[in-house]
Amino acid sequence: MTGRPGPVDGRAVMVDRSRLPEPGPAKPFTFPSIEKSTLPNGLGLWTVTHAQVPVVSLMLLVRCGAAADPPGRDGLAATTADMLDEGSGDRSAIEVHEALARIGAQFDTDIGSDAIVVSTTVLSRFTDRALALLSDVVVRPALRESDFDRVRQLRLHRLTQLRDVPGAVADRAFLKLLYGDHPYGHAPIGSESALTAMTVDDVRAFHASAIRPSAATLIAVGDCAHGEIARIASDAFADWSAGSASLSGERSGDEGRAFERSAESRALPRSPRLALVPRAKAPQSELRIGHVTVARDTPDYHALVVANMILGGQFVSRINLNLREDKGFTYGARTAFEFRRLPSPFVLQVSVQTTATAEAIHEAIGEIADIRGPRPVTPEELALGTAALTRGYARSFETADQIARAVMQLALYDLPDDYFVTFVPSIERVTCDEVSRVMTRHVDPARLLTLIVGDPDAAGANLARLDLGDPQILLPETF
Amino acid sequence: MKLSYAKHTLGNGLDVLLHEDHGCPIVAVNVWYHVGSKNEHPGHTGFAHLFEHLMFEGSQHHDRGFFQPLQGAGATLNGSTNADRTNYWEVVPPNALELALWMESDRMGFLLPALTEAKFSNQRDVVLNERRQNYENRPYGLAPMALLAALFPPDHPYHWTTIGEIADLQAVQLDEVHAFFRRYYHPANASLALAGDFDPDEALGLVDQYFGTIDAGLRVGPVRASASLSDETRLFFEDRVELPRLYFAWLTPAMFADGDADLDLATDLLANGKTSRLYRRLVFEQRIATDVSASQNSREIAGYAQITATAAPDHALDEIEAVIVDEIARLAAEGPTDDEIDRGRVQAEAQFVFRLQTIGGFGGKSDQLNAYNVFLGDPAYFDRDLERYHAVTASSLRQAVARYLDPLRRVTLSIVPRGRADLAAGGSTLAVVS
Repeated sequence: MTGRPGPVDGRAVMVDRSRLPEPGPAKPFTFPSIEKSTLPNGLGLWTVTHAQVPVVSLMLLVRCGAAADPPGRDGLAATTADMLDEGSGDRSAIEVHEALARIGAQFDTDIGSDAIVVSTTVLSRFTDRALALLSDVVVRPALRESDFDRVRQLRLHRLTQLRDVPGAVADRAFLKLLYGDHPYGHAPIGSESALTAMTVDDVRAFHASAIRPSAATLIAVGDCAHGEIARIASDAFADWSAGSASLSGERSGDEGRAFERSAESRALPRSPRLALVPRAKAPQSELRIGHVTVARDTPDYHALVVANMILGGQFVSRINLNLREDKGFTYGARTAFEFRRLPSPFVLQVSVQTTATAEAIHEAIGEIADIRGPRPVTPEELALGTAALTRGYARSFETADQIARAVMQLALYDLPDDYFVTFVPSIERVTCDEVSRVMTRHVDPARLLTLIVGDPDAAGANLARLDLGDPQILLPETF
Repeated sequence: MKLSYAKHTLGNGLDVLLHEDHGCPIVAVNVWYHVGSKNEHPGHTGFAHLFEHLMFEGSQHHDRGFFQPLQGAGATLNGSTNADRTNYWEVVPPNALELALWMESDRMGFLLPALTEAKFSNQRDVVLNERRQNYENRPYGLAPMALLAALFPPDHPYHWTTIGEIADLQAVQLDEVHAFFRRYYHPANASLALAGDFDPDEALGLVDQYFGTIDAGLRVGPVRASASLSDETRLFFEDRVELPRLYFAWLTPAMFADGDADLDLATDLLANGKTSRLYRRLVFEQRIATDVSASQNSREIAGYAQITATAAPDHALDEIEAVIVDEIARLAAEGPTDDEIDRGRVQAEAQFVFRLQTIGGFGGKSDQLNAYNVFLGDPAYFDRDLERYHAVTASSLRQAVARYLDPLRRVTLSIVPRGRADLAAGGSTLAVVS
């Protein structure tokens, strides 16, 4: 005992600072239950009642994203998503946003490889108006040529500006090197040449073919009942036609899976071991280290999640403790399996001081190699990584927006309704041996691509010692 | 609309705020120390933030990393420093509340015995890398350095950024760390808020047990300073950017002072979102800018408002400047429309309700209670804070714009691509930033 007594209600209480208090038994948690129905046009409707605060989060998930960009039209899905709120019916873009502002709505459009998500959070008394607006933008966007010209121009300017953002340069170059012409080989924003070639007719065609009710799920979470949302949504989305005759009646997933099979058959390029995008006199080197590995549907998902926690998925991970807390090379380092529907990247991301570039790469690759066997995960590390994932799991279900995003994962990756309930036991079943096994099976140090965005002279010093060969030099104009 | 709470003050002066919310089995622990970069001095900048890093490196009775036991108990945690305050928080499962209190109280009461030269030197390197990553190696990243230095005089505590000057960070010594801890890190200068799924009597007992015996320490008086602009300052510097960007900045009222809410709404209706006046003219209609944004940055001693716009290729910052000046003048002369005022009110109400959704983290309910308690001594201020926005009228907003967004008392900054000093707004002189 090293503490002193403290008075509480007149009693003297000793503070025991000789050891940390052990947490008692966990409180039970009931995961949100999802009510589901389908509107006549095929639109899925999933709701969760969460009445803590008078707020409703609405998300429309369309299972079609940047991976569906046609050849030569990189950026089409993102441009289409961006055009949705640029006017509807005879309302201008500004009038649409004035209508959203009048109900105090938060409104967002997100685009990823596999999906477009249009979401809004509103006070629950505005649920009907929010659903009507959501339908206006998704189903009946104006897609006018003059708006298209402006939006495309802004996206081209954005691409120009991204040339100076080291993280964005690294992400785009890394995808290109890992995936080449595969549907995941480009960032959603696309390229200058594709955006320049794009026309408003491309956008209209993409909207007509991709944004269909059978490919979409409307998720509503908050102070609302399923029946009420179903009634409002039936009205709001009544005139969203199921699509062309040849497609109507077809199950939503089939077409997507056919696309995925064809994409998967496309060979990935042979990536170099080392690549460098010059950024003269940069004070830091932005690094990406990784390769393509398994998709979200891998049976090894939970073991890989645990492995990643220990390797680079939390503050106390091996890589962050090494590069930040031991060496002081960086503000932070992390790894991730960036799971998607198709084979997905495993990537380590870090920005390190220029002078430490070679040593940081050496340490990072060493950590990735070591966790597969030479320095396997210890029972203590496993317990910590597992606990970090499971004991705090409930906090991912605090707000309507969080719950809607969690539920959206089920819809996007075809996960079962009991996914949340089985998550904790599935993580707890992972063993040290299994971590070694899945890391050996799915991550190969000899295949890792290391990309540097940094000063070619200062960062380039000592790279030869890494034994990764001469770096392939990439100029920003080439990707 | 209320954010309910109970307030207790321990014998050593530590304020304890308790807010029950049993919606989700989690508890937020949130500690504010009323110290930030405003408590630093020229030549010693960046110190409050560097110190925040050291608070995660272990304390006397747990002389290892702060993260490990908490992450192992299912916590998420972080901390941050700004000009006025430093905050630390954990969100834990209810069964780890005691652990979080143990850890927070140990670093409040017993940090220095565990603070070594090695930890200090490591975190200095980390902070220098944070500065490289978030400021030096980021396009336009040095703008805050130039703006704050021009808005506030050299001895004003808002003259420098929270991340600090490189030379100052390199010069700092371990004994300064010790002195800083003794001066600012103790119960009399702190506020602890708990929010979430806990029993208030039990929690208060634990808080008293863990924090009640820590020495109160000295009360810290307010920092006083004043700033004024008597004319326009026009500056530029070159950066690794593709497109020139224009910044306007003005001195404005402090947090919660008269005019603060008016300027918050005014900057929104001028330049935030597609409905704003400047977005409409610059980006939507004339297409001479790629983006425009604005904010009223209210702080404890003073505020500053800022408008930022990036030029579209082949358009000059002078063109953009003329439109911004014109729109501000129009707002100052005619005031907002009824529709703009109505929208501002609904948006304020929605934003306040949205703020009630989460107990912890930056901006959660525990953080808000501490903000109102530390800055105003009144944790109950939540509903009156919303009332400030509802009280804004077309006339009060117009007057605030006319008074504070004055073209003759303004800082104008251009950041232009390297080698293109000619693209700076007319009449600008070179600013030195690093």
